[in-house]
Amino acid sequence: MSVVPLSYVDIGLAAVLLFMNAALSLALRLGLARRLLVAGARMVVQLTLIGLVLKALFEFASPTFTALAALIMVLFAGREAMARQERRFTGFWTYGIGTGSMMAAGIIVTVFGLTTQISPDPWYDPRYAIPVLGMILGNTMNGVSLGLDRLVSGAVVQRAAIEAQLMLGATATQAMRGVTRESMRAGLIPTINGMAAAGLVSLPGMMTGQILAGVEPVEAVKYQILIMFLIGGGTGLGLLAAVLLGARRLTDSRHRLRLDRLGAKADS
Amino acid sequence: MLKIRGLMRPGLEAADLDVAAGECVAVSGPSGAGKSLLLRAIVDLDPNQGDVAIDGMKRDAMPAPEWRRRVVYVPAEAGWWAERVGEHFPDPAIAAPLMTRLGLPAAALEWEVARLSTGEKQRLALARALVMSPRALLLDEPTSGLDPETAMTVESMLHERVADGIAILIVTHDAKQAERLAKRRFRMAKGKLSPAGGGGGP
Repeated sequence: MSVVPLSYVDIGLAAVLLFMNAALSLALRLGLARRLLVAGARMVVQLTLIGLVLKALFEFASPTFTALAALIMVLFAGREAMARQERRFTGFWTYGIGTGSMMAAGIIVTVFGLTTQISPDPWYDPRYAIPVLGMILGNTMNGVSLGLDRLVSGAVVQRAAIEAQLMLGATATQAMRGVTRESMRAGLIPTINGMAAAGLVSLPGMMTGQILAGVEPVEAVKYQILIMFLIGGGTGLGLLAAVLLGARRLTDSRHRLRLDRLGAKADS
Repeated sequence: MLKIRGLMRPGLEAADLDVAAGECVAVSGPSGAGKSLLLRAIVDLDPNQGDVAIDGMKRDAMPAPEWRRRVVYVPAEAGWWAERVGEHFPDPAIAAPLMTRLGLPAAALEWEVARLSTGEKQRLALARALVMSPRALLLDEPTSGLDPETAMTVESMLHERVADGIAILIVTHDAKQAERLAKRRFRMAKGKLSPAGGGGGP
Protein backbone atom coordinates (compact mmCIF):
# COMPACT_ATOMS: atom_id res chain seq x y z
CA MET A 1 0.00 0.00 0.00
CA SER A 2 1.21 3.48 -0.77
CA VAL A 3 -0.67 6.50 0.45
CA VAL A 4 0.60 9.85 -0.73
CA PRO A 5 0.53 11.85 2.52
CA LEU A 6 -1.01 15.31 2.41
CA SER A 7 0.61 18.31 4.04
CA TYR A 8 -1.39 21.21 5.53
CA VAL A 9 -0.12 23.33 2.65
CA ASP A 10 -1.81 20.92 0.23
CA ILE A 11 -5.09 21.30 2.05
CA GLY A 12 -4.74 25.06 2.21
CA LEU A 13 -4.16 25.10 -1.52
CA ALA A 14 -7.39 23.16 -2.11
CA ALA A 15 -9.22 25.56 0.22
CA VAL A 16 -8.35 28.35 -2.20
CA LEU A 17 -11.12 26.94 -4.39
CA LEU A 18 -13.67 27.58 -1.66
CA PHE A 19 -12.46 31.17 -1.28
CA MET A 20 -12.75 31.48 -5.03
CA ASN A 21 -16.40 30.43 -4.78
CA ALA A 22 -16.93 32.96 -2.03
CA ALA A 23 -15.37 35.68 -4.19
CA LEU A 24 -17.60 34.64 -7.06
CA SER A 25 -20.63 34.91 -4.80
CA LEU A 26 -19.62 38.41 -3.75
CA ALA A 27 -19.00 39.48 -7.32
CA LEU A 28 -22.33 38.11 -8.54
CA ARG A 29 -24.17 39.12 -5.34
CA LEU A 30 -25.43 35.58 -4.73
CA GLY A 31 -25.45 36.25 -0.99
CA LEU A 32 -23.85 32.89 -0.36
CA ALA A 33 -20.31 33.93 0.61
CA ARG A 34 -20.91 33.81 4.32
CA ARG A 35 -22.80 30.51 4.20
CA LEU A 36 -20.13 28.97 1.99
CA LEU A 37 -17.36 29.91 4.38
CA VAL A 38 -19.30 28.83 7.48
CA ALA A 39 -20.15 25.50 5.89
CA GLY A 40 -16.54 25.01 4.86
CA ALA A 41 -15.30 25.83 8.35
CA ARG A 42 -17.88 23.48 9.90
CA MET A 43 -16.77 20.70 7.61
CA VAL A 44 -13.11 21.19 8.60
CA VAL A 45 -13.89 21.24 12.33
CA GLN A 46 -16.32 18.29 12.22
CA LEU A 47 -14.01 16.09 10.20
CA THR A 48 -10.97 16.98 12.30
CA LEU A 49 -12.83 16.07 15.47
CA ILE A 50 -14.08 12.83 13.93
CA GLY A 51 -10.52 12.05 12.88
CA LEU A 52 -9.37 12.45 16.47
CA VAL A 53 -12.28 10.40 17.82
CA LEU A 54 -11.63 7.61 15.33
CA LYS A 55 -7.90 7.68 16.14
CA ALA A 56 -8.68 7.24 19.83
CA LEU A 57 -11.30 4.55 19.13
CA PHE A 58 -8.91 2.55 16.97
CA GLU A 59 -6.16 2.77 19.60
CA PHE A 60 -8.39 1.54 22.39
CA ALA A 61 -10.16 -1.06 20.26
CA SER A 62 -12.50 -1.51 23.21
CA PRO A 63 -15.87 -3.18 22.64
CA THR A 64 -17.52 -0.74 25.07
CA PHE A 65 -16.30 2.39 23.33
CA THR A 66 -17.05 0.94 19.92
CA ALA A 67 -20.60 0.12 20.99
CA LEU A 68 -20.98 3.59 22.45
CA ALA A 69 -19.81 5.19 19.22
CA ALA A 70 -22.24 2.98 17.28
CA LEU A 71 -25.09 4.02 19.56
CA ILE A 72 -24.33 7.70 19.08
CA MET A 73 -24.27 7.19 15.31
CA VAL A 74 -27.66 5.49 15.43
CA LEU A 75 -29.15 8.29 17.53
CA PHE A 76 -27.87 10.93 15.11
CA ALA A 77 -29.26 8.96 12.18
CA GLY A 78 -32.62 8.76 13.99
CA ARG A 79 -32.65 12.49 14.57
CA GLU A 80 -31.79 13.17 10.94
CA ALA A 81 -34.47 10.79 9.65
CA MET A 82 -37.02 12.50 11.89
CA ALA A 83 -35.97 15.98 10.78
CA ARG A 84 -36.75 15.03 7.20
CA GLN A 85 -40.39 14.12 7.91
CA GLU A 86 -42.95 16.66 6.87
CA ARG A 87 -45.56 15.29 9.27
CA ARG A 88 -44.45 13.36 12.31
CA PHE A 89 -45.93 10.94 14.76
CA THR A 90 -46.70 12.42 18.17
CA GLY A 91 -44.88 11.59 21.38
CA PHE A 92 -42.22 8.96 21.66
CA TRP A 93 -43.03 7.63 18.21
CA THR A 94 -41.72 10.77 16.49
CA TYR A 95 -38.24 9.55 17.12
CA GLY A 96 -38.84 5.96 18.14
CA ILE A 97 -40.04 4.37 14.90
CA GLY A 98 -37.18 5.50 12.66
CA THR A 99 -34.46 5.14 15.27
CA GLY A 100 -35.61 1.74 16.48
CA SER A 101 -35.83 0.34 12.95
CA MET A 102 -32.43 1.72 11.96
CA MET A 103 -30.83 0.44 15.13
CA ALA A 104 -32.16 -3.06 14.60
CA ALA A 105 -31.34 -3.18 10.88
CA GLY A 106 -27.93 -1.49 11.25
CA ILE A 107 -26.78 -3.77 14.04
CA ILE A 108 -28.05 -7.00 12.48
CA VAL A 109 -26.48 -6.33 9.09
CA THR A 110 -23.21 -4.91 10.45
CA VAL A 111 -22.69 -7.81 12.82
CA PHE A 112 -23.58 -10.26 10.05
CA GLY A 113 -21.04 -8.64 7.70
CA LEU A 114 -18.32 -8.43 10.32
CA THR A 115 -18.64 -11.89 11.77
CA THR A 116 -19.10 -13.92 8.62
CA GLN A 117 -17.60 -12.00 5.69
CA ILE A 118 -15.08 -9.31 6.59
CA SER A 119 -13.99 -11.20 9.74
CA PRO A 120 -11.46 -8.84 11.31
CA ASP A 121 -9.86 -9.95 14.56
CA PRO A 122 -11.54 -9.21 16.93
CA TRP A 123 -14.75 -8.98 14.92
CA TYR A 124 -15.75 -5.70 16.57
CA ASP A 125 -12.44 -4.05 15.58
CA PRO A 126 -13.60 -0.41 15.30
CA ARG A 127 -11.40 0.15 12.23
CA TYR A 128 -13.90 -2.04 10.37
CA ALA A 129 -17.02 -1.86 12.50
CA ILE A 130 -17.41 1.93 12.57
CA PRO A 131 -16.99 2.65 8.83
CA VAL A 132 -19.16 -0.33 7.84
CA LEU A 133 -21.91 0.68 10.26
CA GLY A 134 -21.61 4.25 9.02
CA MET A 135 -22.16 3.28 5.41
CA ILE A 136 -25.06 1.00 6.25
CA LEU A 137 -26.70 3.56 8.53
CA GLY A 138 -26.30 6.41 6.06
CA ASN A 139 -28.15 4.51 3.38
CA THR A 140 -30.70 2.93 5.70
CA MET A 141 -31.48 6.40 7.01
CA ASN A 142 -32.25 7.57 3.48
CA GLY A 143 -34.54 4.64 2.86
CA VAL A 144 -36.29 4.86 6.21
CA SER A 145 -36.92 8.58 6.02
CA LEU A 146 -38.24 8.35 2.46
CA GLY A 147 -40.43 5.38 3.35
CA LEU A 148 -41.88 6.95 6.50
CA ASP A 149 -42.49 10.24 4.76
CA ARG A 150 -44.39 8.49 1.99
CA LEU A 151 -46.33 6.38 4.47
CA VAL A 152 -47.55 9.33 6.48
CA SER A 153 -48.33 11.59 3.53
CA GLY A 154 -49.96 8.64 1.75
CA ALA A 155 -52.22 7.92 4.72
CA VAL A 156 -53.24 11.59 4.92
CA VAL A 157 -53.86 12.03 1.21
CA GLN A 158 -55.55 8.66 0.71
CA ARG A 159 -57.60 8.82 3.85
CA ALA A 160 -60.91 8.48 1.99
CA ALA A 161 -59.66 5.43 0.07
CA ILE A 162 -58.32 3.75 3.21
CA GLU A 163 -61.45 4.42 5.22
CA ALA A 164 -63.66 3.28 2.33
CA GLN A 165 -62.02 -0.13 2.59
CA LEU A 166 -62.39 -0.18 6.37
CA MET A 167 -66.08 0.69 6.00
CA LEU A 168 -66.57 -2.36 3.83
CA GLY A 169 -65.03 -4.66 6.38
CA ALA A 170 -61.35 -4.66 5.41
CA THR A 171 -58.81 -5.10 8.21
CA ALA A 172 -56.41 -2.28 8.94
CA THR A 173 -53.60 -4.23 7.29
CA GLN A 174 -55.63 -4.77 4.12
CA ALA A 175 -56.75 -1.16 3.98
CA MET A 176 -53.18 0.13 4.46
CA ARG A 177 -51.67 -2.29 1.94
CA GLY A 178 -51.61 0.16 -0.98
CA VAL A 179 -49.89 2.89 1.03
CA THR A 180 -47.53 0.43 2.68
CA ARG A 181 -46.45 -0.92 -0.68
CA GLU A 182 -45.88 2.57 -2.12
CA SER A 183 -43.78 3.49 0.92
CA MET A 184 -41.61 0.41 0.56
CA ARG A 185 -41.06 1.20 -3.10
CA ALA A 186 -40.18 4.81 -2.39
CA GLY A 187 -37.66 3.76 0.24
CA LEU A 188 -35.97 1.11 -1.88
CA ILE A 189 -35.61 3.09 -5.12
CA PRO A 190 -32.42 4.97 -4.08
CA THR A 191 -30.75 1.64 -3.26
CA ILE A 192 -31.75 0.18 -6.60
CA ASN A 193 -30.59 3.29 -8.44
CA GLY A 194 -27.34 3.29 -6.50
CA MET A 195 -26.61 -0.28 -7.53
CA ALA A 196 -27.65 0.26 -11.13
CA ALA A 197 -25.53 3.39 -11.55
CA ALA A 198 -22.49 2.07 -9.64
CA GLY A 199 -19.37 2.19 -11.78
CA LEU A 200 -21.07 3.79 -14.76
CA VAL A 201 -22.32 7.11 -13.48
CA SER A 202 -20.36 7.31 -10.27
CA LEU A 203 -17.45 5.55 -8.67
CA PRO A 204 -18.63 4.65 -5.16
CA GLY A 205 -16.84 6.63 -2.46
CA MET A 206 -15.44 3.73 -0.52
CA MET A 207 -13.97 2.09 -3.59
CA THR A 208 -12.42 5.37 -4.69
CA GLY A 209 -10.98 5.80 -1.23
CA GLN A 210 -9.44 2.35 -1.21
CA ILE A 211 -7.95 2.85 -4.66
CA LEU A 212 -6.42 6.16 -3.58
CA ALA A 213 -5.01 4.33 -0.57
CA GLY A 214 -3.20 1.95 -2.90
CA VAL A 215 -5.53 -1.06 -2.85
CA GLU A 216 -5.70 -3.12 -6.05
CA PRO A 217 -8.83 -2.04 -8.00
CA VAL A 218 -10.14 -5.61 -8.12
CA GLU A 219 -9.86 -5.94 -4.33
CA ALA A 220 -11.48 -2.52 -3.88
CA VAL A 221 -14.32 -3.58 -6.17
CA LYS A 222 -14.90 -6.76 -4.17
CA TYR A 223 -15.18 -4.71 -1.01
CA GLN A 224 -17.54 -2.30 -2.68
CA ILE A 225 -19.79 -5.10 -3.90
CA LEU A 226 -19.91 -6.61 -0.44
CA ILE A 227 -20.80 -3.25 1.07
CA MET A 228 -23.49 -2.66 -1.55
CA PHE A 229 -25.14 -5.92 -0.57
CA LEU A 230 -24.91 -5.07 3.11
CA ILE A 231 -26.39 -1.64 2.38
CA GLY A 232 -29.21 -3.22 0.39
CA GLY A 233 -29.94 -5.62 3.23
CA GLY A 234 -29.83 -2.90 5.88
CA THR A 235 -32.07 -0.57 3.91
CA GLY A 236 -34.58 -3.33 3.19
CA LEU A 237 -34.76 -4.50 6.80
CA GLY A 238 -34.86 -1.01 8.30
CA LEU A 239 -37.45 0.15 5.82
CA LEU A 240 -39.67 -2.87 6.35
CA ALA A 241 -39.54 -2.44 10.12
CA ALA A 242 -40.16 1.31 9.98
CA VAL A 243 -43.04 1.10 7.49
CA LEU A 244 -44.76 -1.77 9.29
CA LEU A 245 -44.36 -0.09 12.69
CA GLY A 246 -45.56 3.19 11.20
CA ALA A 247 -48.59 1.55 9.57
CA ARG A 248 -49.41 -0.11 12.88
CA ARG A 249 -49.16 3.17 14.70
CA LEU A 250 -51.45 4.82 12.12
CA THR A 251 -54.17 2.27 12.85
CA ASP A 252 -55.47 0.69 16.03
CA SER A 253 -56.87 -2.55 17.37
CA ARG A 254 -60.41 -1.56 16.29
CA HIS A 255 -59.12 -1.17 12.73
CA ARG A 256 -59.46 2.60 12.60
CA LEU A 257 -57.23 5.02 10.72
CA ARG A 258 -55.69 7.20 13.43
CA LEU A 259 -54.44 10.35 11.76
CA ASP A 260 -54.93 12.04 15.14
CA ARG A 261 -51.67 10.39 16.10
CA LEU A 262 -49.81 12.68 13.73
CA GLY A 263 -48.59 16.13 14.67
CA ALA A 264 -49.23 19.29 12.69
CA LYS A 265 -47.41 19.83 9.44
CA ALA A 266 -43.81 20.88 10.09
CA ASP A 267 -42.37 23.93 8.35
CA SER A 268 -40.06 22.91 5.58
CA MET B 1 -82.14 -4.37 14.83
CA LEU B 2 -79.65 -1.62 15.51
CA LYS B 3 -79.50 -0.49 19.11
CA ILE B 4 -77.45 2.51 20.23
CA ARG B 5 -77.01 3.55 23.86
CA GLY B 6 -74.97 6.46 25.17
CA LEU B 7 -72.86 6.72 22.05
CA MET B 8 -70.52 9.68 22.33
CA ARG B 9 -67.28 11.21 21.17
CA PRO B 10 -65.92 14.75 21.09
CA GLY B 11 -68.48 16.80 19.15
CA LEU B 12 -71.28 14.32 19.83
CA GLU B 13 -73.39 14.18 22.97
CA ALA B 14 -74.50 10.81 24.28
CA ALA B 15 -77.02 9.50 21.74
CA ASP B 16 -79.66 6.80 22.17
CA LEU B 17 -81.38 5.40 19.13
CA ASP B 18 -83.09 2.22 17.96
CA VAL B 19 -83.69 1.28 14.37
CA ALA B 20 -85.82 -1.82 14.01
CA ALA B 21 -85.37 -4.41 11.31
CA GLY B 22 -87.41 -3.22 8.35
CA GLU B 23 -87.43 0.35 9.55
CA CYS B 24 -85.96 3.52 8.10
CA VAL B 25 -85.07 6.39 10.43
CA ALA B 26 -84.04 9.82 9.14
CA VAL B 27 -81.72 12.36 10.73
CA SER B 28 -81.51 15.96 9.57
CA GLY B 29 -79.79 19.07 10.82
CA PRO B 30 -77.47 21.86 9.74
CA SER B 31 -74.00 21.21 8.36
CA GLY B 32 -71.46 20.62 11.09
CA ALA B 33 -74.11 19.54 13.59
CA GLY B 34 -72.48 16.14 14.00
CA LYS B 35 -74.59 13.93 11.71
CA SER B 36 -71.59 12.36 10.00
CA LEU B 37 -69.80 12.07 13.35
CA LEU B 38 -72.74 10.01 14.59
CA LEU B 39 -72.59 7.65 11.62
CA ARG B 40 -68.80 7.35 11.87
CA ALA B 41 -69.07 6.61 15.58
CA ILE B 42 -71.65 3.87 14.97
CA VAL B 43 -69.28 2.01 12.63
CA ASP B 44 -66.38 2.70 15.01
CA LEU B 45 -64.24 4.71 12.61
CA ASP B 46 -63.19 7.14 15.35
CA PRO B 47 -62.54 6.48 19.03
CA ASN B 48 -65.88 6.67 20.85
CA GLN B 49 -67.75 5.41 23.91
CA GLY B 50 -71.09 3.76 24.29
CA ASP B 51 -72.89 0.52 23.53
CA VAL B 52 -73.97 -0.43 20.06
CA ALA B 53 -75.48 -3.75 19.07
CA ILE B 54 -76.97 -5.35 15.97
CA ASP B 55 -79.46 -8.23 16.32
CA GLY B 56 -78.48 -8.48 19.98
CA MET B 57 -74.78 -8.84 19.21
CA LYS B 58 -72.59 -6.22 20.83
CA ARG B 59 -70.18 -4.28 18.68
CA ASP B 60 -67.32 -4.51 21.13
CA ALA B 61 -67.63 -8.27 21.29
CA MET B 62 -66.72 -8.73 17.64
CA PRO B 63 -63.74 -7.60 15.55
CA ALA B 64 -64.38 -4.21 13.94
CA PRO B 65 -64.25 -5.53 10.33
CA GLU B 66 -66.99 -8.03 11.13
CA TRP B 67 -69.12 -5.27 12.66
CA ARG B 68 -68.62 -3.09 9.60
CA ARG B 69 -69.78 -5.88 7.30
CA ARG B 70 -73.05 -6.05 9.24
CA VAL B 71 -73.51 -2.31 9.67
CA VAL B 72 -72.33 -0.62 6.50
CA TYR B 73 -71.76 3.12 6.32
CA VAL B 74 -71.93 4.92 2.97
CA PRO B 75 -70.45 8.42 3.41
CA ALA B 76 -71.56 11.41 1.35
CA GLU B 77 -68.30 11.30 -0.56
CA ALA B 78 -67.10 7.73 -0.77
CA GLY B 79 -63.46 6.86 -1.26
CA TRP B 80 -62.06 4.74 -4.09
CA TRP B 81 -58.89 2.73 -3.82
CA ALA B 82 -58.44 1.23 -7.30
CA GLU B 83 -58.46 2.58 -10.83
CA ARG B 84 -61.47 0.73 -12.21
CA VAL B 85 -64.97 0.54 -10.79
CA GLY B 86 -65.11 -3.26 -10.92
CA GLU B 87 -62.07 -3.63 -8.67
CA HIS B 88 -64.14 -2.23 -5.81
CA PHE B 89 -66.55 -5.13 -5.91
CA PRO B 90 -65.61 -8.51 -4.44
CA ASP B 91 -67.65 -10.26 -7.15
CA PRO B 92 -68.56 -8.06 -10.15
CA ALA B 93 -71.04 -10.69 -11.38
CA ILE B 94 -73.25 -10.14 -8.33
CA ALA B 95 -73.00 -6.39 -8.75
CA ALA B 96 -74.24 -6.29 -12.36
CA PRO B 97 -78.02 -6.62 -11.71
CA LEU B 98 -77.78 -4.09 -8.91
CA MET B 99 -76.13 -1.62 -11.26
CA THR B 100 -78.96 -1.92 -13.75
CA ARG B 101 -81.43 -1.40 -10.94
CA LEU B 102 -79.66 1.84 -10.01
CA GLY B 103 -79.82 3.11 -13.58
CA LEU B 104 -76.22 2.35 -14.44
CA PRO B 105 -75.12 0.19 -17.39
CA ALA B 106 -73.46 -3.09 -16.44
CA ALA B 107 -70.47 -1.86 -18.44
CA ALA B 108 -69.93 0.72 -15.69
CA LEU B 109 -67.84 -1.92 -13.95
CA GLU B 110 -65.18 -1.34 -16.61
CA TRP B 111 -65.17 2.43 -16.16
CA GLU B 112 -62.31 4.40 -14.67
CA VAL B 113 -63.13 5.86 -11.28
CA ALA B 114 -61.45 9.14 -12.20
CA ARG B 115 -64.05 9.76 -14.92
CA LEU B 116 -67.16 9.14 -12.83
CA SER B 117 -69.62 11.95 -12.13
CA THR B 118 -70.71 12.72 -8.57
CA GLY B 119 -74.05 11.00 -9.13
CA GLU B 120 -72.42 7.90 -10.60
CA LYS B 121 -70.03 7.71 -7.68
CA GLN B 122 -72.91 7.97 -5.22
CA ARG B 123 -74.86 5.15 -6.82
CA LEU B 124 -71.79 2.95 -7.19
CA ALA B 125 -70.88 3.51 -3.54
CA LEU B 126 -74.39 2.44 -2.62
CA ALA B 127 -74.13 -0.65 -4.85
CA ARG B 128 -70.76 -1.47 -3.30
CA ALA B 129 -72.36 -1.37 0.15
CA LEU B 130 -75.46 -3.36 -0.86
CA VAL B 131 -73.51 -6.31 -2.25
CA MET B 132 -72.23 -6.80 1.31
CA SER B 133 -75.83 -7.75 2.29
CA PRO B 134 -75.64 -5.67 5.47
CA ARG B 135 -78.12 -5.92 8.35
CA ALA B 136 -78.09 -2.14 8.74
CA LEU B 137 -77.24 0.60 6.29
CA LEU B 138 -76.09 4.07 7.35
CA LEU B 139 -76.53 6.51 4.47
CA ASP B 140 -75.15 10.05 4.40
CA GLU B 141 -76.98 12.15 1.80
CA PRO B 142 -77.28 9.26 -0.67
CA THR B 143 -79.10 11.21 -3.37
CA SER B 144 -77.61 14.72 -3.05
CA GLY B 145 -75.87 14.50 -6.43
CA LEU B 146 -78.74 12.89 -8.34
CA ASP B 147 -81.46 14.31 -10.56
CA PRO B 148 -85.00 13.90 -9.11
CA GLU B 149 -85.82 10.93 -11.34
CA THR B 150 -82.71 8.94 -10.44
CA ALA B 151 -83.17 9.91 -6.80
CA MET B 152 -86.62 8.29 -6.92
CA THR B 153 -85.10 5.13 -8.41
CA VAL B 154 -82.67 4.98 -5.52
CA GLU B 155 -85.42 5.64 -3.00
CA SER B 156 -87.64 2.89 -4.36
CA MET B 157 -84.74 0.49 -4.12
CA LEU B 158 -84.13 1.54 -0.50
CA HIS B 159 -87.83 0.91 0.15
CA GLU B 160 -87.43 -2.62 -1.17
CA ARG B 161 -84.45 -3.27 1.07
CA VAL B 162 -86.35 -2.02 4.08
CA ALA B 163 -89.25 -4.29 3.17
CA ASP B 164 -86.73 -7.13 3.03
CA GLY B 165 -85.94 -6.39 6.67
CA ILE B 166 -82.79 -4.33 6.81
CA ALA B 167 -82.51 -1.29 9.07
CA ILE B 168 -81.67 2.04 7.45
CA LEU B 169 -80.45 5.19 9.16
CA ILE B 170 -80.42 8.00 6.64
CA VAL B 171 -78.98 11.49 6.95
CA THR B 172 -80.70 13.86 4.57
CA HIS B 173 -81.20 17.59 4.07
CA ASP B 174 -84.27 16.89 1.99
CA ALA B 175 -87.31 17.10 4.29
CA LYS B 176 -89.58 15.56 1.66
CA GLN B 177 -87.24 12.63 1.21
CA ALA B 178 -87.14 12.13 4.97
CA GLU B 179 -90.97 12.08 5.00
CA ARG B 180 -91.17 9.65 2.09
CA LEU B 181 -88.65 7.22 3.51
CA ALA B 182 -88.89 7.40 7.27
CA LYS B 183 -91.73 7.23 9.77
CA ARG B 184 -89.50 8.37 12.61
CA ARG B 185 -87.32 11.42 12.18
CA PHE B 186 -84.62 12.95 14.33
CA ARG B 187 -82.85 16.25 14.40
CA MET B 188 -79.18 16.81 15.12
CA ALA B 189 -78.10 20.19 16.45
CA LYS B 190 -74.75 21.03 18.02
CA GLY B 191 -73.95 17.37 18.52
CA LYS B 192 -77.26 16.58 20.22
CA LEU B 193 -79.74 14.14 18.74
CA SER B 194 -83.42 14.72 19.48
CA PRO B 195 -86.76 13.52 18.00
CA ALA B 196 -88.29 15.78 15.37
CA GLY B 197 -91.67 16.15 13.70
CA GLY B 198 -94.00 13.19 13.91
CA GLY B 199 -91.35 11.04 15.50
CA GLY B 200 -91.26 9.23 18.78
CA GLY B 201 -88.25 8.78 21.03
CA PRO B 202 -85.96 5.80 20.86
